[in-house]
Amino acid sequence: MSQPSQLHENKPPVYPAVNYLNADRGVWSWLTTIDHKRIGVMYLVSVLLAFLLGGIFAMALRIELLTPGPTIMGANTYNRMFTLHGVVMIFLFMIPAIPGVFGNFCLPLMLGAKDVAFPKLNLLSLYLYWTGAAIALGGMIMGGTDTGWTFYAPYSTSTPMTLFPVLLGIFLLGFSSIVTGLNFIVTIHTLRAPGMGFMRMQLFVWAIYATSIIQVLATPVIGLTVLLVGIEKVGGFGLFDATRGGDPVLFQHMFWFYSHPAVYIMVLPSMGVVSEAIATSARKNIFGYKMIAYSSLGIAFVGFFAWGHHMFVSGQSPFNDGAFAVISMLVGVFTAIKVFNWVATLYRGSIAVKTPLIYICGFLFFIVFGGMTGIAVATVSLDVHWHDTYFVIAHFHFIMVGAVIMAFLIALHYWFPKMFGRKYHEGWGMVAASLIVLGFNATFIPQFLMGNGGMPRRYYMYPERFWALNVASTAGSSLLAFGFLIILIYLIYALLHGEIAGDNPWDSKGYEWMTTSPPPKHNFAETPIITEDAHSYQEPGEEVEHVVI
Amino acid sequence: MSSSDTHAPNPHLAHHYETIEKQDYAVRLGMWLFLGTEVLLFAGLFLGYTVYRHFYHEAFHQASRHLDLWAGLTNTVVLITSSLTVALAYNAIKQGKTKLCAILLALTILCALAFLVIKGIEYNHKFQEGALPGKWYHYAEVTAPGANLYYTVYFLTTGLHAFHVIVGMSILIWILSRVLRGHFSESYYVPVELGGLYWHLVDLVWIFLFPLLYLI
Repeated sequence: MSQPSQLHENKPPVYPAVNYLNADRGVWSWLTTIDHKRIGVMYLVSVLLAFLLGGIFAMALRIELLTPGPTIMGANTYNRMFTLHGVVMIFLFMIPAIPGVFGNFCLPLMLGAKDVAFPKLNLLSLYLYWTGAAIALGGMIMGGTDTGWTFYAPYSTSTPMTLFPVLLGIFLLGFSSIVTGLNFIVTIHTLRAPGMGFMRMQLFVWAIYATSIIQVLATPVIGLTVLLVGIEKVGGFGLFDATRGGDPVLFQHMFWFYSHPAVYIMVLPSMGVVSEAIATSARKNIFGYKMIAYSSLGIAFVGFFAWGHHMFVSGQSPFNDGAFAVISMLVGVFTAIKVFNWVATLYRGSIAVKTPLIYICGFLFFIVFGGMTGIAVATVSLDVHWHDTYFVIAHFHFIMVGAVIMAFLIALHYWFPKMFGRKYHEGWGMVAASLIVLGFNATFIPQFLMGNGGMPRRYYMYPERFWALNVASTAGSSLLAFGFLIILIYLIYALLHGEIAGDNPWDSKGYEWMTTSPPPKHNFAETPIITEDAHSYQEPGEEVEHVVI
Repeated sequence: MSSSDTHAPNPHLAHHYETIEKQDYAVRLGMWLFLGTEVLLFAGLFLGYTVYRHFYHEAFHQASRHLDLWAGLTNTVVLITSSLTVALAYNAIKQGKTKLCAILLALTILCALAFLVIKGIEYNHKFQEGALPGKWYHYAEVTAPGANLYYTVYFLTTGLHAFHVIVGMSILIWILSRVLRGHFSESYYVPVELGGLYWHLVDLVWIFLFPLLYLI
């Protein structure tokens, strides 16, 4: 209640003359910067390029599947194409997207800190990302990789194609992810502003904290695993080769020990973004702060013991199957707690129907629908039927695209004024958001039906009875692509000519808005002192003040 | 920057920390987390060891008898000694005894070198015998099925460990050079401490590898 609301003032918004974007000039000042905000912006450009690339591959796949027979490419190209799509989207986009961009940009601001704990390591993580991305992409485009992003042995160790560069690239990307996570954990522990206990941190910070724990604990295992596959392929060490006594299922265990928690590396930050944006959009204290915070840690913890649900048909014991199934379902409990709290936050709020809200509604639907189908595929008897079909693809994309990309877009729109000090065009924002939510449903709901009808994943041709559903899915994906194109155009326009946003255009209570937008180089003129809880728009019992933003 | 600064600014204090104590706490926490990731890196290989030892118990038992126990034991003693010297080096710099610290660090580096030499001799011996991983295996003494996997695990674990010895040694050489240039004193010695922590981890991994590979 300390600051007067900006809405009630009539001063025109100002763009700060000196800020982090123009404090130093020249390309070199960007490449050698240790400013977390600039690193965040460079991550943003990088992950958007990766997203564009992964999206082009996805469109190529959808066009190929437009007809039951060969359409635009051969079978080998198709295999390489879905591998490229998977590797680029997961390792180059999803994992670094929200922590790398918005974590870097917002976390120190939300803590009232001047920078992350280890600014040089932060820059190192970006360079590791670039190097890893270059090696992985170069290797895939030059040599070709047709294993899928999962690199299952024994196919990965016996395919004639070159694999080593991709694996090395993923190892470096993993290193980058570890460095980021480690940096954030230490930052949260040591650089909170005076007065900010753990229970006063914003929920995005809690989500990043839980994510970082997974990054630090799980990523070394995938690093080792991909190296072992590389060594096996080049050196013939026999570790995953049944003809030499090795066990291919051991690979699956080691791979999923990382790669299952990795989906929470992608999802948890999205949940943090939604918690932030939902409180601001409803102008209401977040409902069940503690439960949202703890359930992030709960998901991080339970996520470590759920990996076996990828292996129900790999010859696990029935006891293992059952145990992994039950543990996997616990993730649903924690997610449901969050969804309940988010919806309760919206209830009787002063809701601002803006672009982020459309994505929030999309997100809530996708995470509930995707989550419910997740419970379904975690059920052993059902999974045996759906395993390796489009049903699993649709479930995965409901969470990964439905939830994570919606959250990425929420974050992009919500923090765009913070990062660049300008507003995007609200009307076009709404149009694009509606197109994307609609296009997404049109793309993936048919895939549930195909999968249930028995269409296997990663197949290049299919029987004619799946034709109509595939056409629907491809049509939906072109709507999606069109939506992204609109966003790209209006954001670039906004960057150059957008209306000046002012320091706090959403009138948010988030601490990141306490400084100017865009912030000065060292974030705060003086270190803020925190005197109230996060997201507190009202005193307890006070009515919500209905205003129009 | 802040108005409360009355004492001279510490040259080691980065601009985004309020006090040197907080900064030291942060770097220590960072190092411990990093050591955690190292443990998990090795954990995958230990898992592989567990699984294959369970599958091929007999082969693992026989093959471990054919490792050079004395070389392994010597290396264990060498590494434990180096852990002692690095701890004493930390203790010395904490009391401002730069010269003593330098001597102890040099001793630690020598131990690391000795470890690598002994390991190299062992490796060479295995190469001669043909006790090699996977498809390269042609050692006549152990023919039980799965023996090749014992050597796969042996070379992967000790190889990754030897790589860490080299990295640890390089870090200690760098720290030694900074000690010799007088960078550290009783008021600033955190890098020596962190280097020492890393070296202890290298030692600790071997303490597990030695019984698992040589003594079963």
